[in-house]
Amino acid sequence: MLHDRDRIFTNLYGLQSPGLEAAKMRGAWDGTKFLLEKGRDWIVDEMKKSGLRGRGGAGFPTGLKWSFMPKQSDGRPHYLVVNADESEPGTCKDREIMRHDPHLLIEGCLIASFSMGANACYIYIRGEYIAEREALQRAVDEAYAANLVGKNNVHGWPFDIYVSHGAGAYICGEETALLESLEGKKGMPRLKPPFPANMGLYGCPTTVNNVESIAVAGTILRRGAAWFAGIGRPNNVGTKLFCVSGHVNKPCNVEEAMGLTFRELIDTHCGGIRGGWDNLLAVIPGGSSVPLVPAEQIADAYMDFDTLRNLKSGLGTAAVIVMDKSTDIVRAIARISYFYKHESCGQCTPCREGTGWMWRVLNRMAEGRAQKREIDMLLEVTTQVEGHTICALGDAAAWPVQGLIRHFRHEIEKRIDDYSANPHSEPASAFGVAAE
Amino acid sequence: MSVRRLAAQQPESFAFSPENLAWAQTQIAKFPAGRQASAVIPLLWRAQEQHDYWLPRAAIEYVAKMLDMPVIRVLEVATFYTMFNLSPVGRYFIQLCGTTPCRLRGADDIVAVCKSRIGEQSTVTADGMFSWLEVECLGACCNAPMVQINNDYYEDLTPESFNKLLDDLAAGRPVQKGPQNGRHASEPESAVKTLQDPALYDGSVVGAWKKRFEEEEARARQAAADKEAADRALAAQAAAEPRPGKPDATRPQQAAADTPADRVAAGKAPVAPTERAKAADPAKKLSDKPTSKLKDAKAETGKSDESKG
Repeated sequence: MLHDRDRIFTNLYGLQSPGLEAAKMRGAWDGTKFLLEKGRDWIVDEMKKSGLRGRGGAGFPTGLKWSFMPKQSDGRPHYLVVNADESEPGTCKDREIMRHDPHLLIEGCLIASFSMGANACYIYIRGEYIAEREALQRAVDEAYAANLVGKNNVHGWPFDIYVSHGAGAYICGEETALLESLEGKKGMPRLKPPFPANMGLYGCPTTVNNVESIAVAGTILRRGAAWFAGIGRPNNVGTKLFCVSGHVNKPCNVEEAMGLTFRELIDTHCGGIRGGWDNLLAVIPGGSSVPLVPAEQIADAYMDFDTLRNLKSGLGTAAVIVMDKSTDIVRAIARISYFYKHESCGQCTPCREGTGWMWRVLNRMAEGRAQKREIDMLLEVTTQVEGHTICALGDAAAWPVQGLIRHFRHEIEKRIDDYSANPHSEPASAFGVAAE
Repeated sequence: MSVRRLAAQQPESFAFSPENLAWAQTQIAKFPAGRQASAVIPLLWRAQEQHDYWLPRAAIEYVAKMLDMPVIRVLEVATFYTMFNLSPVGRYFIQLCGTTPCRLRGADDIVAVCKSRIGEQSTVTADGMFSWLEVECLGACCNAPMVQINNDYYEDLTPESFNKLLDDLAAGRPVQKGPQNGRHASEPESAVKTLQDPALYDGSVVGAWKKRFEEEEARARQAAADKEAADRALAAQAAAEPRPGKPDATRPQQAAADTPADRVAAGKAPVAPTERAKAADPAKKLSDKPTSKLKDAKAETGKSDESKG
């Protein structure tokens, strides 16, 4: 287990006050001016050396992303945009940061903005997080009142921070859709290139980072890249917030070292699998977008980017959804398909039409009302959605279905057999879906 | 995505209350001049809050005028984002998370309570108190199953606690926000093993990290001083005994270890007998043999080189 002194989010559970004074006691805003005086290049270099990979799902190196911003402004302002549109099913980590440790985030915003020459930062928080938005706004007001941020702040870098919000669209977690939404439009992703580092918010150079990636920056710079890079496994370093939900005895958020095994994570923090390890069926290790991994492959796997990618899944946002043997796995994935159908923005045809089609077919398969050849047809359609859309929502809709067919084809076939043996039976409806 | 239309019954007009109008100006001020459209979502949201949690056409037009936007652009936003209710909802509007993580923890039972007490989704009870809607992941998966009622999250529900919650709301009794089972937030229930070290909270972490920078700085200073001293010593030596203008390093071929000259000097034959034998072996001659043989020959040569070394 990671030692307490190596944890970054020391108020993860909100047992202490989220206020400025308490945050300072926990080490936030400590020597920020000293860090800024080390210079832009030192900060970016230190972030690169720390090996921090973005915590929003794709795992892109954060320091490298910061270095893409133009070194000199061509007259256009630079912006930092923090992606707090946390909507990936299974993920609930940024919420805890914003309501319990907001000052780490605000300090990180200042450091990141300084290192990319931005004087303004927007935090785009999902519309449903109303209490979290108010908590974050309180912390921002505190920081302004203490002159930690603002035009003439004590750090000597003019910096304004604004909290804005969405209104219930998963797609706004995609960086260019988020920028569209922040400009007051429908959240439809933009084609890349031009990339946001070149043409982002209002056509100005912009970097979009996840809340967790930004909030860890201050502590990494203070404790040193070597400290952060020394935790975890090569290329998968540092600490990470894991959100464990589903069929475990004690679901929870926890900060752990990357690259501990799934078994350690569950046994140490979550009180074990409901009904014991023999009762484990499958795990979705990184939020609904990544394919599931069956029990025998995940049990002793390292929870990091590279190991899970080799299992044909991914770490994503480290939202671990555990499913025991009572789960109707086909319905569980069909419900995820419904999610993507609901959240497709409708811009690209393969996604708009494909997500609904996949959901309808999966729903029939969950009841067994299908032909076996349709399984291969479904698989083929997923490959025609995947990679043929502007943003990654099409991929994210295809992967869970591919994972289901890869590991649980026998389950679908069994249902088809059962249904055709007795075609008049009433289909069970454990995972009923909202009327459409 | 789904088709969302405005309600059939619409009020005549809409205008912000004076407090909301002042608040709207602070929102617009967050964005650069000419970018007031960025404030459209916060403004529509506030309009919805003011108008019993649903958004009439008049409010859409009002916000469009206020932000100097075409009405169609605001209508687009209002119909795209699913948190804007386009028709009336109950006084307590229950948004029930129905995505897989909540389903796994028993959201079906909560749906059943809603259906039995309130009816089908998107219908308002006769007394206007409740309506419910199944929504997608609300981002509180470690506290599943959960619902959002108006602005607040109610988590870790069971059918019993949810029934009690609805009873309390209907009777106007105060209710507890957040987890309904005594949990504080998203910690492992009554088994927190982390963040127990009191040193994290007593202020002893403040400034402790600076030691590293001081040490680094001291090391850098020491290294600079050492280098300067070494440079000075070298300069003094050079002044005392100037060296001839000849390069220090020899040419690369002179540095090679196994030259014939070296072998002779060491009392060996100028060419190693193994090499000679290899060169004499007709099977290993590099002639017009197929490539595979060539490779074999090379591999063998490499091996014998190694054994010799």
